[in-house]
Amino acid sequence: MNTGKGSVRAAAGPGKGAGRAAVGASSSPEKSAGQTAVGTASSRDRALLAYTTRLGDNALILAQRMIELVAGYPELEEELANANFALDYIGQARMFYSYAGELEGKGRSEDDFAFLRDENEFHNFLLIEQPSGHFGDSIAKLVLFDSFYLLLLEALTRCSDERIAEIAARAEKEIRYHLRHNTQWLVRLGDGTEASHARVQESIDTLWQYTGELFAADEIDQLFTECFDGPVLGAIQEQWQTHVKAILDEATLTLPGDGWMASGGKQGRHSEHLGYMIAEMQYLQRTHPGASW
Amino acid sequence: MVTTSVSREQVLEWLSEVPDPEIPVLTIADLGIVRDVTVDKTIVVDVTPTYSGCPATEVIEQSVVDTLHAHGIENVEIRRVLSPPWTTDWITEDGRNKLREYGIAPPAAGGTKRELLHGKRAIACPRCASQNTQVVSEFGSTACKASYQCSDCLEPFEYFKCI
Repeated sequence: MNTGKGSVRAAAGPGKGAGRAAVGASSSPEKSAGQTAVGTASSRDRALLAYTTRLGDNALILAQRMIELVAGYPELEEELANANFALDYIGQARMFYSYAGELEGKGRSEDDFAFLRDENEFHNFLLIEQPSGHFGDSIAKLVLFDSFYLLLLEALTRCSDERIAEIAARAEKEIRYHLRHNTQWLVRLGDGTEASHARVQESIDTLWQYTGELFAADEIDQLFTECFDGPVLGAIQEQWQTHVKAILDEATLTLPGDGWMASGGKQGRHSEHLGYMIAEMQYLQRTHPGASW
Repeated sequence: MVTTSVSREQVLEWLSEVPDPEIPVLTIADLGIVRDVTVDKTIVVDVTPTYSGCPATEVIEQSVVDTLHAHGIENVEIRRVLSPPWTTDWITEDGRNKLREYGIAPPAAGGTKRELLHGKRAIACPRCASQNTQVVSEFGSTACKASYQCSDCLEPFEYFKCI
């Protein structure tokens, strides 16, 4: 399981990534201007801020997707499960955004990060912004994402940034519980009736193209791994594949083969779905600036 | 200001009477939410959230401030501490008994161990103590509880989830 301390350097190596210009979009331009050497104090700060904000973005956008389903679930217990899970993600987003605000030092609050940024400033994965679809779509998405997120959080508990490690330790316990619950559902749907099997297989097949992005390390990932002893995405991918395959096997579902993978969410290039969602999420704060109650 | 004349023990005693907003039979001391108190010019209270998204966190913090204000303490600072993360193991023995009497099965001990979360563990009915119980739903009236039913006395009950 514990692969890859040795591969940290290799994966992170002096970044010649082409993504430099695009990646830093959310951090301040004056900071990224003129920085070339990886690991300088300012690129380190920039990576930490961008990485922390992304963690917040993933938690918030996923929570918002789940909140859309509140009062729409087919039965009460799953209704409660969904709302409770969403609450955990919101709590995590708040902790990550608060920290990002402190790191940035411009007085932005967690609410400013959530409600006063535009679509292209959100750097969440494409996977989690996809519409919730039917129950099987939601469960499939959560199992695919949380299987990754749990491994990521485990690795983050060992990173050298104390605050991120603390939040990850708190969040890890919650995600472990989510994953257990949703895995049971995926198995039940896959190994259920002919109809549920076919529909949830379609969910997996459709969402699969968005899983590549989870493991495609860009400059921010590399800097974070190098400067803060962060997660090695290559190692996480191997564990994820093994884990997901085991779940799909139990659910009598087929693991999709290698194919084209979508990307861009991490850099702020989103599918059309995100804009609509954010418009709804930010409606009140945008319409009544400074509203409070 | 009179704050300097107050002892840490006194503050802890006052705080031990603050009820948890969601399970009022428990105090925040029973839950192990108050981590530490530092008495100086300002009284600093370290508290920890139970779950990241626990909606009670702000209410609890406000109750702490209100309680100390009621005792004449003006300068109160709340510090949110995340590490080490809260676990149900921190609920005191007294708290566990109160939960049971209230009709909520207390969390299994050793909640930090992974196998407990994945393995099957008998949860005793808080009414008849039978271990012949079943999960109705992993989620109950609040984020920290699951719904169970006793297969012997047939009573439904809540189980304080072990994390």
